[in-house]
Amino acid sequence: MPANPFNAFTDYGIGIGLRVPHYQHILTKKPVVDWFEIISENFMVDGGRPLQVLDQILEQYRVVQHGVSLYFGSADPLDRAHLKKLKVVVKRTGTPWLSDHLCWGSVDGTYTHDLLPMPYTFAAARRTAEKIRQVRDYLEVPICVENVSSYTEFHVSEMTEWEFLTEVVEQADCGILLDVNNIYVSSRNHGFNPYDYVDGVPHRRVAQMHIAGHTKFEKYVLDTHDHPVIDPVWRLYAHAIRRCGVTATLLEWDDKIPSFEEVHGEALKAHEFMGGARAALRGKTQPAKVGSS
Amino acid sequence: MKRDAGRPARTTRRAAAPPATVHGTRDLKALQRAMAAAVMRPLTAASRTQRRWIDGRPTAKVVGEFIKPNERLSAFERLEIYNRMYWFRLLDCVYEDCPGLRAVLGERKFRRVAEAYLVRHPSRSFTLRNLCDRLAPFLRAHPRLTAPRAALAYDMARFEWAQVEAFDGPARPPLTAGEIRGVNPTRLRLGVQPYLSLLALNHAVDEFVLAVKTNALRHDASNAPNAGPAGGKPRPLALPRRGRIHVAVHRHQNRLFYKRLEPAGYRLLCALREGKTLARACEIALPKRAAASLVWQQQIRDWFQNWTELGWFFRWRGNSRR
Repeated sequence: MPANPFNAFTDYGIGIGLRVPHYQHILTKKPVVDWFEIISENFMVDGGRPLQVLDQILEQYRVVQHGVSLYFGSADPLDRAHLKKLKVVVKRTGTPWLSDHLCWGSVDGTYTHDLLPMPYTFAAARRTAEKIRQVRDYLEVPICVENVSSYTEFHVSEMTEWEFLTEVVEQADCGILLDVNNIYVSSRNHGFNPYDYVDGVPHRRVAQMHIAGHTKFEKYVLDTHDHPVIDPVWRLYAHAIRRCGVTATLLEWDDKIPSFEEVHGEALKAHEFMGGARAALRGKTQPAKVGSS
Repeated sequence: MKRDAGRPARTTRRAAAPPATVHGTRDLKALQRAMAAAVMRPLTAASRTQRRWIDGRPTAKVVGEFIKPNERLSAFERLEIYNRMYWFRLLDCVYEDCPGLRAVLGERKFRRVAEAYLVRHPSRSFTLRNLCDRLAPFLRAHPRLTAPRAALAYDMARFEWAQVEAFDGPARPPLTAGEIRGVNPTRLRLGVQPYLSLLALNHAVDEFVLAVKTNALRHDASNAPNAGPAGGKPRPLALPRRGRIHVAVHRHQNRLFYKRLEPAGYRLLCALREGKTLARACEIALPKRAAASLVWQQQIRDWFQNWTELGWFFRWRGNSRR
């Protein structure tokens, strides 16, 4: 049973990102993995090995698409040619939902290839929600938006990041991909309490979570995806799972990528926290015993 | 960074004018233009954010108008995180796509060229796959950047872009030799696979790129703490020989290959790609009276046998690629 209305994929369990250094291992050893998250853009190509690998993966595994270039928050209109290519991949994978970031990264058709933070204003939320709805209507697949790690804020902001996220997803009526590591990284960079963030988002909309490692510098924390998950992030994840219920979870490891077993092993640590959330859910649904407090 | 590589791109050319509020899409766009111009501004030689803005004002003052500082980082320092990440990410991508050009120019000059290219041609695509699509024309238009190896650098950029296209370019269902055999050559038109690039080059860059890749592999393989002297910098390679070569850059069973072509074979394939019939393509590509020569007839049969086995032809339906 899903933990919430936007989380019909509770049983997806724990996934990992499909990355090139692991291709051979996955295709030859066929390890048991709940699901793989692919970066959509890596497969928005016309032919060659990427599509061959994707088809082989699809024969064996469930795949969910995650994007890095829709830029819901860009003031630019959506690029129809881009969406058309994306829809081809959506049809190929049968992804149950599609996620991308609550950010911008292009202006006037020039791309920074970065996930740049939004100004947290009502007008920006309106524009962003409008574009999310357009994408959902065109792709005909549920959309989830992911909170990004950020290193700067704008003077013009009118609300907190989690209030902005809430404003956007409520207006767009879409799901949230809650990146717990990104919340932690941004909380260190901007000085807010990460638990306030987790408590402040609409839990019923959280359809997926991300966990990852990061790198700490002297004056800031950078979202590098090149380390195991640190304990404070696991604790924040445990809190998020308690609040949102059991949620499809994915470990991101994109740089200095270790062996497949190491990455998968790190991801499976999430089971420990999911168990707690399942128990809590069972407690809620079972009738209270007579005499219990 | 050199400024002789043409005008900077539109976004960085536009003066930053951040809005005081964001009450609509126009304000949002103005803020995003201001931020993008700052993020994409070239770094100093020491890979730091430039202290002065385009118009001579302190960058700290310009970005302080829209970026909020915190107790640990000034607005300038916060911008610098994004500014450096932008350049490192894009330069990494050019490094990865152009190992041959890098070996030809050397590290320092390659970086200067890559930066100049990205200033003139920032990414206009959602994917970094296309980042170097205008590099070869750019090098041809700015030979001073790569002097005295301008011709070699241009050949190399064309060759390395052809590899990107061969890796994941579109493919049409290939024709077999049997499907071609017996068709009247005055009527037979053949499409040449869009992922296949036909290049006439003035340097043996194909051999050089293979040597660069082998060198890099050897270096990686020995890059262990106890590897001894072999674990140092990759050994310098002799630059490619000068001399006309004709190469097909293609893929077979989804693996990348380079194939040297005879000049006549190259001309024949180019003519077919342009939509000429087989008979007309042979007239253009082969010496006069070749049609009457048994040697040439055998040569053409061998080429077509090989090219169809490689899946290079598809059923002609007009130009698939210029």
